[in-house]
Amino acid sequence: MNATEIIDRLKQRFGDRILRSDTDCLDPWLEIAADGLHEICRFLRDDPDMRFDYLHCVSGVDYVEPDPKKAKKTDWQPHLELLYHLSSMQHRHRIVLRVVLPRWRDGVHGRLPEVSSVADLWPTANWHEREVYDLCGVAFAGHPDLRRILCPEDWVGHPLRKDYETPQEYHGIRVK
Amino acid sequence: MERVDPELVEFDVRTDEMLINMGPQHPSTHGVLRLVLRTDGEVVTDVVPHIGYLHRCAEKIGEKISPRQWIPYTDRMDYLAGMNMNLGWAMTVEKLMDLEIPDRARHVRVMVCELNRIASHLVAAGTYGLDLGSFTPFLYCFREREKILDLFEEVCGARLTYSFITMGGVTGDLPPGWLDRCERFLREFEEVIPELHAVLTSNEIFVRRTAGVGVLTPETAIAYGCSGPVLRGSGVKWDLRRDGEPRVTRMYEDYDFEIIAQHEGSYPQDRDDYPPVPPEAVLGDSWHRFYVRMIECVQSIRLIRQAMAKYQGCDGPIGEPIKLTQKLPKGEAYLETEAPKGQMGFMVVSDGTAIPWRVRARSSCFCNLSVTSEICRGCLLADIPAIVGSLDIVLGEIDR
Repeated sequence: MNATEIIDRLKQRFGDRILRSDTDCLDPWLEIAADGLHEICRFLRDDPDMRFDYLHCVSGVDYVEPDPKKAKKTDWQPHLELLYHLSSMQHRHRIVLRVVLPRWRDGVHGRLPEVSSVADLWPTANWHEREVYDLCGVAFAGHPDLRRILCPEDWVGHPLRKDYETPQEYHGIRVK
Repeated sequence: MERVDPELVEFDVRTDEMLINMGPQHPSTHGVLRLVLRTDGEVVTDVVPHIGYLHRCAEKIGEKISPRQWIPYTDRMDYLAGMNMNLGWAMTVEKLMDLEIPDRARHVRVMVCELNRIASHLVAAGTYGLDLGSFTPFLYCFREREKILDLFEEVCGARLTYSFITMGGVTGDLPPGWLDRCERFLREFEEVIPELHAVLTSNEIFVRRTAGVGVLTPETAIAYGCSGPVLRGSGVKWDLRRDGEPRVTRMYEDYDFEIIAQHEGSYPQDRDDYPPVPPEAVLGDSWHRFYVRMIECVQSIRLIRQAMAKYQGCDGPIGEPIKLTQKLPKGEAYLETEAPKGQMGFMVVSDGTAIPWRVRARSSCFCNLSVTSEICRGCLLADIPAIVGSLDIVLGEIDR
Protein backbone atom coordinates (compact mmCIF):
# COMPACT_ATOMS: atom_id res chain seq x y z
CA MET A 1 0.00 0.00 0.00
CA ASN A 2 1.21 3.49 -0.60
CA ALA A 3 1.02 6.22 2.01
CA THR A 4 -2.26 7.67 0.70
CA GLU A 5 -4.01 4.29 0.94
CA ILE A 6 -2.67 3.70 4.44
CA ILE A 7 -3.86 7.11 5.61
CA ASP A 8 -7.28 6.63 3.97
CA ARG A 9 -7.72 3.25 5.68
CA LEU A 10 -6.82 4.77 9.03
CA LYS A 11 -9.16 7.73 8.49
CA GLN A 12 -12.02 5.36 7.69
CA ARG A 13 -11.42 3.33 10.79
CA PHE A 14 -10.34 5.89 13.36
CA GLY A 15 -12.12 8.96 12.02
CA ASP A 16 -11.53 12.06 14.05
CA ARG A 17 -8.52 10.71 15.88
CA ILE A 18 -6.48 11.24 12.71
CA LEU A 19 -5.91 14.96 12.98
CA ARG A 20 -3.73 15.92 10.02
CA SER A 21 -1.76 14.18 7.31
CA ASP A 22 0.65 15.01 4.53
CA THR A 23 1.64 12.76 1.65
CA ASP A 24 3.47 15.29 -0.52
CA CYS A 25 6.47 15.72 1.76
CA LEU A 26 9.62 13.59 1.85
CA ASP A 27 8.38 11.14 4.48
CA PRO A 28 4.55 10.93 4.40
CA TRP A 29 3.14 11.36 7.89
CA LEU A 30 -0.10 11.51 9.80
CA GLU A 31 -0.81 13.18 13.05
CA ILE A 32 -2.85 11.26 15.58
CA ALA A 33 -4.45 12.28 18.84
CA ALA A 34 -2.32 11.27 21.83
CA ASP A 35 -5.10 9.20 23.42
CA GLY A 36 -5.50 7.07 20.30
CA LEU A 37 -1.82 6.23 19.87
CA HIS A 38 -1.80 2.76 21.39
CA GLU A 39 -4.95 1.58 19.66
CA ILE A 40 -3.84 2.85 16.25
CA CYS A 41 -0.38 1.32 16.70
CA ARG A 42 -1.90 -2.02 17.60
CA PHE A 43 -4.01 -1.86 14.44
CA LEU A 44 -0.98 -0.89 12.33
CA ARG A 45 0.99 -3.82 13.68
CA ASP A 46 -1.69 -6.52 13.56
CA ASP A 47 -3.87 -5.74 10.54
CA PRO A 48 -2.91 -8.14 7.71
CA ASP A 49 -2.80 -5.32 5.14
CA MET A 50 -0.65 -3.10 7.36
CA ARG A 51 1.75 -5.38 9.27
CA PHE A 52 4.04 -2.62 10.42
CA ASP A 53 6.45 -5.00 12.12
CA TYR A 54 9.50 -2.75 12.34
CA LEU A 55 9.71 0.37 14.48
CA HIS A 56 12.78 2.26 13.34
CA CYS A 57 12.93 5.17 15.65
CA VAL A 58 11.06 7.22 18.23
CA SER A 59 12.20 10.83 18.30
CA GLY A 60 11.08 13.86 20.22
CA VAL A 61 11.25 17.38 18.82
CA ASP A 62 10.78 20.38 21.05
CA TYR A 63 9.12 23.40 19.47
CA VAL A 64 9.76 26.45 21.57
CA GLU A 65 11.83 29.50 20.75
CA PRO A 66 13.77 30.61 23.84
CA ASP A 67 14.74 33.91 22.23
CA PRO A 68 11.73 36.26 22.72
CA LYS A 69 12.62 38.32 19.62
CA LYS A 70 12.59 35.29 17.36
CA ALA A 71 9.59 33.81 19.17
CA LYS A 72 7.38 36.58 17.81
CA LYS A 73 8.16 35.48 14.25
CA THR A 74 7.30 31.80 14.73
CA ASP A 75 4.06 30.56 13.23
CA TRP A 76 3.47 27.82 15.84
CA GLN A 77 2.56 27.64 19.50
CA PRO A 78 5.14 26.00 21.80
CA HIS A 79 4.66 22.23 21.82
CA LEU A 80 6.45 18.89 21.73
CA GLU A 81 6.26 16.43 18.87
CA LEU A 82 6.91 12.72 18.89
CA LEU A 83 7.76 11.00 15.62
CA TYR A 84 7.42 7.25 15.14
CA HIS A 85 9.08 5.91 11.99
CA LEU A 86 7.43 2.63 11.08
CA SER A 87 7.87 0.22 8.22
CA SER A 88 6.70 -3.19 7.17
CA MET A 89 9.24 -5.74 6.00
CA GLN A 90 6.48 -7.89 4.60
CA HIS A 91 4.64 -5.27 2.52
CA ARG A 92 7.58 -2.91 2.08
CA HIS A 93 5.71 0.25 2.96
CA ARG A 94 6.47 2.91 5.52
CA ILE A 95 4.74 5.69 7.39
CA VAL A 96 5.55 8.28 10.03
CA LEU A 97 3.25 8.84 13.01
CA ARG A 98 3.25 12.22 14.65
CA VAL A 99 1.88 12.95 18.10
CA VAL A 100 1.67 16.53 19.32
CA LEU A 101 1.93 17.04 23.07
CA PRO A 102 1.90 20.10 25.30
CA ARG A 103 5.32 21.03 26.66
CA TRP A 104 4.10 20.62 30.24
CA ARG A 105 1.09 18.71 31.48
CA ASP A 106 -1.78 21.04 32.44
CA GLY A 107 0.58 23.94 31.77
CA VAL A 108 2.36 23.37 35.09
CA HIS A 109 6.11 23.81 34.63
CA GLY A 110 7.91 20.59 35.61
CA ARG A 111 5.03 18.18 35.04
CA LEU A 112 5.97 16.00 32.10
CA PRO A 113 3.41 15.46 29.34
CA GLU A 114 2.17 11.89 29.14
CA VAL A 115 1.47 9.53 26.28
CA SER A 116 0.89 5.79 26.27
CA SER A 117 3.89 3.56 25.70
CA VAL A 118 4.09 1.24 22.70
CA ALA A 119 6.86 -0.88 24.21
CA ASP A 120 4.44 -3.80 24.55
CA LEU A 121 3.83 -3.73 20.78
CA TRP A 122 7.41 -3.19 19.59
CA PRO A 123 10.15 -3.95 22.14
CA THR A 124 12.37 -1.51 20.20
CA ALA A 125 10.31 1.24 21.77
CA ASN A 126 11.46 0.25 25.25
CA TRP A 127 14.89 1.86 24.95
CA HIS A 128 13.83 4.53 22.51
CA GLU A 129 11.10 5.76 24.84
CA ARG A 130 13.57 5.78 27.71
CA GLU A 131 15.81 7.95 25.56
CA VAL A 132 13.00 10.35 24.69
CA TYR A 133 12.03 10.51 28.37
CA ASP A 134 15.63 11.18 29.34
CA LEU A 135 16.48 13.79 26.73
CA CYS A 136 13.16 15.37 25.77
CA GLY A 137 11.08 14.91 28.90
CA VAL A 138 8.04 12.90 27.88
CA ALA A 139 6.52 10.38 30.31
CA PHE A 140 5.34 7.15 28.73
CA ALA A 141 2.41 5.63 30.60
CA GLY A 142 2.61 1.87 30.88
CA HIS A 143 6.32 1.68 30.11
CA PRO A 144 7.85 -1.31 31.92
CA ASP A 145 10.99 0.46 33.10
CA LEU A 146 10.98 4.22 32.60
CA ARG A 147 14.44 5.28 33.76
CA ARG A 148 17.00 7.64 32.28
CA ILE A 149 19.22 5.83 29.80
CA LEU A 150 21.98 8.14 28.56
CA CYS A 151 22.23 10.70 31.37
CA PRO A 152 23.00 9.64 34.96
CA GLU A 153 19.92 8.69 36.96
CA ASP A 154 20.14 11.76 39.21
CA TRP A 155 20.56 14.24 36.36
CA VAL A 156 18.24 17.23 36.50
CA GLY A 157 16.38 18.44 33.42
CA HIS A 158 15.95 17.17 29.89
CA PRO A 159 18.84 18.31 27.68
CA LEU A 160 17.13 18.24 24.29
CA ARG A 161 14.49 20.72 25.40
CA LYS A 162 15.22 24.00 23.68
CA ASP A 163 15.06 26.00 26.92
CA TYR A 164 17.32 23.60 28.83
CA GLU A 165 20.04 25.22 30.87
CA THR A 166 23.21 23.28 31.57
CA PRO A 167 23.84 23.00 35.32
CA GLN A 168 26.96 24.66 36.71
CA GLU A 169 28.21 21.47 38.29
CA TYR A 170 27.37 17.84 38.87
CA HIS A 171 28.60 16.22 42.10
CA GLY A 172 31.40 18.76 42.34
CA ILE A 173 32.45 18.27 38.70
CA ARG A 174 32.36 21.48 36.69
CA VAL A 175 30.00 21.07 33.78
CA LYS A 176 29.97 24.47 32.15
CA MET B 1 32.57 -32.95 25.79
CA GLU B 2 28.89 -32.30 25.55
CA ARG B 3 27.47 -28.84 26.03
CA VAL B 4 26.13 -28.38 29.55
CA ASP B 5 22.43 -27.86 29.71
CA PRO B 6 21.89 -24.71 31.82
CA GLU B 7 18.71 -26.20 33.28
CA LEU B 8 20.67 -29.16 34.67
CA VAL B 9 23.34 -26.90 36.12
CA GLU B 10 20.70 -24.83 37.77
CA PHE B 11 19.22 -27.93 39.30
CA ASP B 12 22.59 -29.29 40.28
CA VAL B 13 24.41 -26.39 41.86
CA ARG B 14 21.66 -23.98 42.87
CA THR B 15 23.19 -21.41 45.17
CA ASP B 16 22.19 -18.03 46.46
CA GLU B 17 21.52 -15.38 43.89
CA MET B 18 24.44 -13.11 43.21
CA LEU B 19 24.68 -9.80 41.41
CA ILE B 20 27.81 -9.43 39.32
CA ASN B 21 28.84 -6.12 37.88
CA MET B 22 30.60 -6.46 34.53
CA GLY B 23 32.17 -3.29 33.19
CA PRO B 24 32.24 -0.41 32.46
CA GLN B 25 35.97 -1.13 32.42
CA HIS B 26 36.00 -4.67 31.12
CA PRO B 27 37.85 -5.77 27.99
CA SER B 28 35.00 -7.93 26.69
CA THR B 29 32.39 -5.21 26.70
CA HIS B 30 33.99 -3.42 23.71
CA GLY B 31 34.07 -0.01 25.30
CA VAL B 32 32.32 1.41 28.31
CA LEU B 33 29.33 -0.85 28.61
CA ARG B 34 28.20 -1.96 32.03
CA LEU B 35 26.21 -5.14 32.48
CA VAL B 36 24.63 -6.08 35.76
CA LEU B 37 24.27 -9.84 35.81
CA ARG B 38 21.94 -11.64 38.15
CA THR B 39 23.39 -15.09 38.51
CA ASP B 40 22.36 -18.31 40.10
CA GLY B 41 25.55 -20.32 40.29
CA GLU B 42 26.90 -20.40 36.76
CA VAL B 43 23.60 -19.53 35.15
CA VAL B 44 22.72 -15.94 34.30
CA THR B 45 19.08 -15.32 35.09
CA ASP B 46 18.92 -11.68 34.11
CA VAL B 47 21.08 -9.09 32.38
CA VAL B 48 20.56 -5.35 32.72
CA PRO B 49 22.75 -3.25 30.40
CA HIS B 50 23.66 0.26 31.54
CA ILE B 51 24.81 2.65 28.84
CA GLY B 52 25.53 6.35 28.53
CA TYR B 53 29.16 6.47 29.71
CA LEU B 54 30.21 7.83 26.32
CA HIS B 55 27.32 10.25 25.81
CA ARG B 56 28.70 13.37 24.13
CA CYS B 57 25.48 15.24 23.37
CA ALA B 58 25.96 14.88 19.61
CA GLU B 59 22.30 15.62 18.88
CA LYS B 60 22.33 18.79 20.95
CA ILE B 61 25.52 19.96 19.25
CA GLY B 62 23.87 19.33 15.88
CA GLU B 63 21.26 21.96 16.73
CA LYS B 64 23.96 24.62 17.01
CA ILE B 65 26.06 24.06 13.90
CA SER B 66 25.44 23.61 10.20
CA PRO B 67 25.11 20.12 8.66
CA ARG B 68 28.56 20.14 7.11
CA GLN B 69 30.10 21.14 10.40
CA TRP B 70 28.35 18.18 12.02
CA ILE B 71 30.04 15.62 9.73
CA PRO B 72 33.06 15.21 12.06
CA TYR B 73 30.66 14.40 14.89
CA THR B 74 29.23 11.52 12.86
CA ASP B 75 32.77 10.14 12.45
CA ARG B 76 32.96 9.85 16.19
CA MET B 77 29.77 7.82 16.51
CA ASP B 78 30.81 4.54 14.98
CA TYR B 79 34.51 5.34 14.91
CA LEU B 80 35.26 1.97 13.31
CA ALA B 81 33.21 2.87 10.24
CA GLY B 82 33.51 6.62 9.87
CA MET B 83 32.90 6.56 6.12
CA ASN B 84 29.54 4.87 6.54
CA MET B 85 28.50 7.32 9.23
CA ASN B 86 29.46 10.26 6.97
CA LEU B 87 27.47 8.65 4.18
CA GLY B 88 24.33 8.28 6.29
CA TRP B 89 24.31 11.92 7.39
CA ALA B 90 25.33 13.27 3.99
CA MET B 91 22.56 11.36 2.24
CA THR B 92 19.96 12.49 4.77
CA VAL B 93 20.75 16.14 4.14
CA GLU B 94 20.88 15.45 0.40
CA LYS B 95 17.41 13.97 0.73
CA LEU B 96 16.16 17.12 2.41
CA MET B 97 17.82 19.34 -0.20
CA ASP B 98 16.83 17.05 -3.09
CA LEU B 99 20.43 16.93 -4.20
CA GLU B 100 21.78 14.37 -6.66
CA ILE B 101 25.47 13.54 -6.86
CA PRO B 102 27.49 12.75 -10.01
CA ASP B 103 28.16 9.11 -10.86
CA ARG B 104 31.88 9.43 -10.33
CA ALA B 105 31.36 10.52 -6.72
CA ARG B 106 28.86 7.69 -6.26
CA HIS B 107 31.45 5.07 -7.23
CA VAL B 108 34.05 6.63 -4.94
CA ARG B 109 31.50 6.45 -2.14
CA VAL B 110 30.83 2.77 -2.81
CA MET B 111 34.57 2.05 -2.79
CA VAL B 112 35.37 3.75 0.49
CA CYS B 113 32.21 2.54 2.23
CA GLU B 114 32.80 -1.08 1.31
CA LEU B 115 36.47 -0.82 2.31
CA ASN B 116 35.31 0.56 5.62
CA ARG B 117 32.82 -2.29 5.94
CA ILE B 118 35.70 -4.76 5.59
CA ALA B 119 37.73 -2.81 8.18
CA SER B 120 34.81 -2.81 10.61
CA HIS B 121 34.14 -6.52 10.15
CA LEU B 122 37.85 -7.24 10.64
CA VAL B 123 37.79 -5.48 14.01
CA ALA B 124 34.63 -7.40 14.88
CA ALA B 125 36.25 -10.72 13.97
CA GLY B 126 39.58 -9.97 15.61
CA THR B 127 38.22 -8.72 18.90
CA TYR B 128 35.69 -11.52 18.95
CA GLY B 129 38.56 -13.98 18.84
CA LEU B 130 40.16 -12.04 21.67
CA ASP B 131 36.95 -12.29 23.72
CA LEU B 132 37.02 -16.03 23.31
CA GLY B 133 40.65 -16.31 24.35
CA SER B 134 42.41 -16.55 21.01
CA PHE B 135 45.04 -13.91 20.34
CA THR B 136 46.32 -14.83 16.86
CA PRO B 137 43.30 -13.83 14.75
CA PHE B 138 43.34 -10.40 16.37
CA LEU B 139 46.80 -9.77 14.96
CA TYR B 140 45.87 -11.15 11.54
CA CYS B 141 42.78 -8.94 11.36
CA PHE B 142 44.46 -5.77 12.54
CA ARG B 143 47.33 -6.28 10.11
CA GLU B 144 44.83 -6.30 7.23
CA ARG B 145 42.83 -3.42 8.68
CA GLU B 146 46.00 -1.37 8.91
CA LYS B 147 46.35 -1.61 5.13
CA ILE B 148 42.84 -0.24 4.68
CA LEU B 149 43.63 2.64 7.04
CA ASP B 150 46.75 3.36 4.96
CA LEU B 151 44.55 3.55 1.86
CA PHE B 152 42.17 5.93 3.64
CA GLU B 153 45.04 8.05 4.83
CA GLU B 154 46.05 8.58 1.21
CA VAL B 155 42.50 9.50 0.28
CA CYS B 156 41.70 12.03 2.99
CA GLY B 157 44.63 12.34 5.37
CA ALA B 158 42.89 10.69 8.31
CA ARG B 159 43.08 7.14 9.53
CA LEU B 160 39.96 6.98 11.70
CA THR B 161 37.84 10.12 11.54
CA TYR B 162 37.61 10.80 7.85
CA SER B 163 34.90 13.43 7.21
CA PHE B 164 35.46 12.44 3.59
CA ILE B 165 31.94 11.91 2.29
CA THR B 166 29.98 15.11 2.37
CA MET B 167 26.72 16.52 1.03
CA GLY B 168 27.08 16.90 -2.70
CA GLY B 169 29.75 14.24 -3.20
CA VAL B 170 33.12 13.69 -1.61
CA THR B 171 35.73 16.19 -0.50
CA GLY B 172 38.31 15.21 -3.12
CA ASP B 173 39.18 12.86 -5.92
CA LEU B 174 41.25 9.72 -5.38
CA PRO B 175 45.03 10.26 -5.55
CA PRO B 176 46.92 8.92 -8.59
CA GLY B 177 47.86 5.26 -8.35
CA TRP B 178 45.41 4.64 -5.51
CA LEU B 179 43.33 2.15 -7.49
CA ASP B 180 46.38 -0.05 -8.08
CA ARG B 181 47.26 -0.02 -4.41
CA CYS B 182 43.66 -0.81 -3.56
CA GLU B 183 43.66 -3.73 -5.98
CA ARG B 184 46.90 -4.98 -4.44
CA PHE B 185 45.30 -4.87 -1.02
CA LEU B 186 42.25 -6.80 -2.24
CA ARG B 187 44.46 -9.52 -3.69
CA GLU B 188 46.46 -9.80 -0.47
CA PHE B 189 43.32 -9.81 1.63
CA GLU B 190 41.73 -12.56 -0.43
CA GLU B 191 44.64 -14.79 0.45
CA VAL B 192 44.20 -14.08 4.16
CA ILE B 193 40.50 -14.97 4.28
CA PRO B 194 41.08 -18.77 4.26
CA GLU B 195 43.58 -18.29 7.12
CA LEU B 196 40.96 -16.41 9.13
CA HIS B 197 38.47 -19.17 8.48
CA ALA B 198 41.05 -21.69 9.68
CA VAL B 199 41.81 -19.89 12.95
CA LEU B 200 38.23 -18.82 13.67
CA THR B 201 35.23 -19.93 11.61
CA SER B 202 35.99 -23.64 11.46
CA ASN B 203 38.27 -23.82 14.50
CA GLU B 204 36.91 -26.43 16.84
CA ILE B 205 37.26 -24.41 20.04
CA PHE B 206 35.71 -21.37 18.39
CA VAL B 207 32.76 -23.41 17.14
CA ARG B 208 32.18 -24.89 20.60
CA ARG B 209 32.21 -21.47 22.20
CA THR B 210 29.82 -19.90 19.70
CA ALA B 211 27.57 -22.53 18.09
CA GLY B 212 24.16 -22.66 19.75
CA VAL B 213 25.03 -19.76 22.09
CA GLY B 214 22.76 -16.71 22.26
CA VAL B 215 20.14 -17.83 19.78
CA LEU B 216 18.14 -14.93 18.41
CA THR B 217 14.99 -15.91 16.55
CA PRO B 218 14.02 -13.86 13.48
CA GLU B 219 10.78 -12.74 15.18
CA THR B 220 12.64 -11.40 18.21
CA ALA B 221 15.22 -9.75 16.00
CA ILE B 222 12.57 -7.84 14.05
CA ALA B 223 10.57 -6.96 17.16
CA TYR B 224 13.65 -5.44 18.79
CA GLY B 225 14.59 -3.53 15.67
CA CYS B 226 17.83 -5.44 15.13
CA SER B 227 19.57 -4.86 11.83
CA GLY B 228 22.69 -5.59 9.89
CA PRO B 229 24.57 -8.87 10.44
CA VAL B 230 22.64 -9.43 13.69
CA LEU B 231 19.37 -9.56 11.73
CA ARG B 232 20.82 -11.45 8.78
CA GLY B 233 22.47 -13.95 11.11
CA SER B 234 18.93 -14.90 12.13
CA GLY B 235 18.10 -15.73 8.53
CA VAL B 236 16.25 -12.56 7.56
CA LYS B 237 17.33 -11.53 4.07
CA TRP B 238 17.20 -7.78 4.56
CA ASP B 239 19.84 -5.33 3.49
CA LEU B 240 19.12 -1.66 2.85
CA ARG B 241 21.53 -1.65 -0.06
CA ARG B 242 18.78 -3.65 -1.82
CA ASP B 243 15.69 -3.07 0.34
CA GLY B 244 16.11 0.52 1.45
CA GLU B 245 14.64 3.74 0.19
CA PRO B 246 15.14 4.52 -3.53
CA ARG B 247 17.83 7.04 -2.66
CA VAL B 248 19.89 4.32 -0.96
CA THR B 249 19.28 1.56 -3.48
CA ARG B 250 20.09 3.91 -6.36
CA MET B 251 23.61 4.13 -5.03
CA TYR B 252 24.03 0.38 -5.66
CA GLU B 253 21.65 0.02 -8.59
CA ASP B 254 24.02 -1.34 -11.25
CA TYR B 255 26.10 -3.39 -8.83
CA ASP B 256 25.99 -7.14 -8.55
CA PHE B 257 26.23 -8.65 -5.07
CA GLU B 258 24.50 -11.10 -2.77
CA ILE B 259 22.78 -10.39 0.51
CA ILE B 260 24.30 -12.79 3.00
CA ALA B 261 21.69 -14.59 5.06
CA GLN B 262 20.79 -18.21 5.42
CA HIS B 263 17.82 -18.85 3.19
CA GLU B 264 16.05 -22.20 3.13
CA GLY B 265 18.84 -23.85 5.02
CA SER B 266 21.83 -22.65 3.02
CA TYR B 267 23.94 -19.59 2.39
CA PRO B 268 24.31 -18.12 -1.10
CA GLN B 269 27.37 -19.96 -2.37
CA ASP B 270 29.27 -18.35 -5.13
CA ARG B 271 32.67 -19.58 -3.95
CA ASP B 272 33.43 -23.09 -2.80
CA ASP B 273 36.02 -22.09 -0.23
CA TYR B 274 33.47 -20.96 2.34
CA PRO B 275 33.79 -23.32 5.26
CA PRO B 276 30.68 -25.44 5.83
CA VAL B 277 28.18 -24.65 8.57
CA PRO B 278 29.03 -26.90 11.54
CA PRO B 279 26.26 -29.28 12.60
CA GLU B 280 26.10 -27.77 16.13
CA ALA B 281 25.26 -24.29 14.83
CA VAL B 282 21.66 -23.13 15.19
CA LEU B 283 20.32 -20.36 12.97
CA GLY B 284 20.53 -17.06 14.82
CA ASP B 285 23.34 -18.05 17.19
CA SER B 286 26.63 -16.24 17.73
CA TRP B 287 28.40 -18.39 15.16
CA HIS B 288 25.98 -17.40 12.40
CA ARG B 289 26.29 -13.70 13.20
CA PHE B 290 30.06 -14.05 12.93
CA TYR B 291 29.83 -16.09 9.73
CA VAL B 292 27.60 -13.52 8.02
CA ARG B 293 30.24 -10.84 8.66
CA MET B 294 33.01 -13.01 7.27
CA ILE B 295 31.17 -13.67 4.01
CA GLU B 296 30.07 -10.06 3.73
CA CYS B 297 33.74 -9.17 3.44
CA VAL B 298 33.91 -11.29 0.29
CA GLN B 299 30.87 -9.49 -1.13
CA SER B 300 32.47 -6.15 -0.30
CA ILE B 301 35.55 -7.16 -2.29
CA ARG B 302 33.28 -7.86 -5.26
CA LEU B 303 31.63 -4.47 -4.85
CA ILE B 304 34.94 -2.62 -4.61
CA ARG B 305 36.21 -4.30 -7.80
CA GLN B 306 33.04 -3.30 -9.65
CA ALA B 307 33.24 0.24 -8.29
CA MET B 308 36.86 0.57 -9.41
CA ALA B 309 35.94 -0.53 -12.94
CA LYS B 310 32.95 1.84 -13.08
CA TYR B 311 34.98 4.71 -11.68
CA GLN B 312 37.64 4.25 -14.33
CA GLY B 313 34.96 4.09 -17.01
CA CYS B 314 33.27 7.37 -16.16
CA ASP B 315 34.56 10.86 -16.62
CA GLY B 316 32.98 13.99 -15.31
CA PRO B 317 32.86 15.96 -12.11
CA ILE B 318 33.49 14.48 -8.68
CA GLY B 319 30.79 16.64 -7.12
CA GLU B 320 30.81 19.94 -5.35
CA PRO B 321 30.35 19.94 -1.56
CA ILE B 322 27.66 22.33 -0.37
CA LYS B 323 28.69 25.56 1.32
CA LEU B 324 29.30 25.51 5.06
CA THR B 325 26.49 28.00 5.55
CA GLN B 326 24.14 26.63 2.92
CA LYS B 327 20.50 27.32 3.79
CA LEU B 328 18.37 24.21 4.15
CA PRO B 329 14.84 23.98 2.79
CA LYS B 330 12.12 23.84 5.42
CA GLY B 331 11.02 20.32 6.25
CA GLU B 332 11.95 16.99 7.74
CA ALA B 333 13.92 14.10 6.30
CA TYR B 334 14.72 10.70 7.76
CA LEU B 335 16.98 8.23 6.02
CA GLU B 336 18.59 4.94 6.95
CA THR B 337 21.63 3.45 5.28
CA GLU B 338 23.27 0.08 5.68
CA ALA B 339 26.31 0.65 7.89
CA PRO B 340 28.54 -2.34 8.75
CA LYS B 341 26.83 -2.79 12.09
CA GLY B 342 23.27 -2.28 10.93
CA GLN B 343 20.81 0.34 9.81
CA MET B 344 22.10 3.75 10.72
CA GLY B 345 19.37 6.36 10.55
CA PHE B 346 19.64 10.12 10.64
CA MET B 347 16.86 12.66 10.84
CA VAL B 348 17.08 16.36 10.17
CA VAL B 349 14.34 18.88 10.94
CA SER B 350 14.87 22.26 9.37
CA ASP B 351 13.09 25.56 9.84
CA GLY B 352 14.60 27.07 6.70
CA THR B 353 17.86 28.42 8.13
CA ALA B 354 21.39 27.07 7.75
CA ILE B 355 21.30 25.49 11.22
CA PRO B 356 18.98 22.49 11.64
CA TRP B 357 16.23 22.81 14.22
CA ARG B 358 16.72 19.23 15.33
CA VAL B 359 19.14 16.46 14.48
CA ARG B 360 18.54 12.86 15.38
CA ALA B 361 20.72 9.80 15.07
CA ARG B 362 19.12 6.39 15.22
CA SER B 363 21.83 3.98 16.16
CA SER B 364 21.81 0.39 14.97
CA CYS B 365 23.95 -0.84 17.89
CA PHE B 366 21.49 0.79 20.32
CA CYS B 367 18.74 -1.53 19.09
CA ASN B 368 21.07 -4.50 18.67
CA LEU B 369 22.24 -4.14 22.26
CA SER B 370 18.72 -3.83 23.64
CA VAL B 371 18.17 -7.47 22.75
CA THR B 372 20.94 -8.72 25.11
CA SER B 373 18.71 -9.18 28.12
CA GLU B 374 16.43 -11.31 25.94
CA ILE B 375 19.10 -13.61 24.49
CA CYS B 376 21.39 -13.81 27.54
CA ARG B 377 18.68 -15.03 29.87
CA GLY B 378 19.50 -18.57 30.98
CA CYS B 379 22.96 -18.74 29.47
CA LEU B 380 26.15 -19.55 31.32
CA LEU B 381 28.28 -16.78 32.76
CA ALA B 382 31.18 -17.57 30.44
CA ASP B 383 28.90 -17.20 27.42
CA ILE B 384 28.20 -13.52 28.11
CA PRO B 385 31.36 -12.28 26.32
CA ALA B 386 30.60 -14.65 23.45
CA ILE B 387 27.11 -13.21 23.03
CA VAL B 388 27.94 -9.53 23.54
CA GLY B 389 30.95 -9.84 21.22
CA SER B 390 28.83 -11.42 18.51
CA LEU B 391 26.52 -8.40 18.48
CA ASP B 392 29.51 -6.26 17.46
CA ILE B 393 28.60 -3.06 19.27
CA VAL B 394 30.43 0.23 19.35
CA LEU B 395 29.59 2.32 22.38
CA GLY B 396 30.39 5.58 20.63
CA GLU B 397 27.41 4.96 18.39
CA ILE B 398 25.11 3.75 21.16
CA ASP B 399 25.73 6.72 23.44
CA ARG B 400 26.26 9.32 20.71
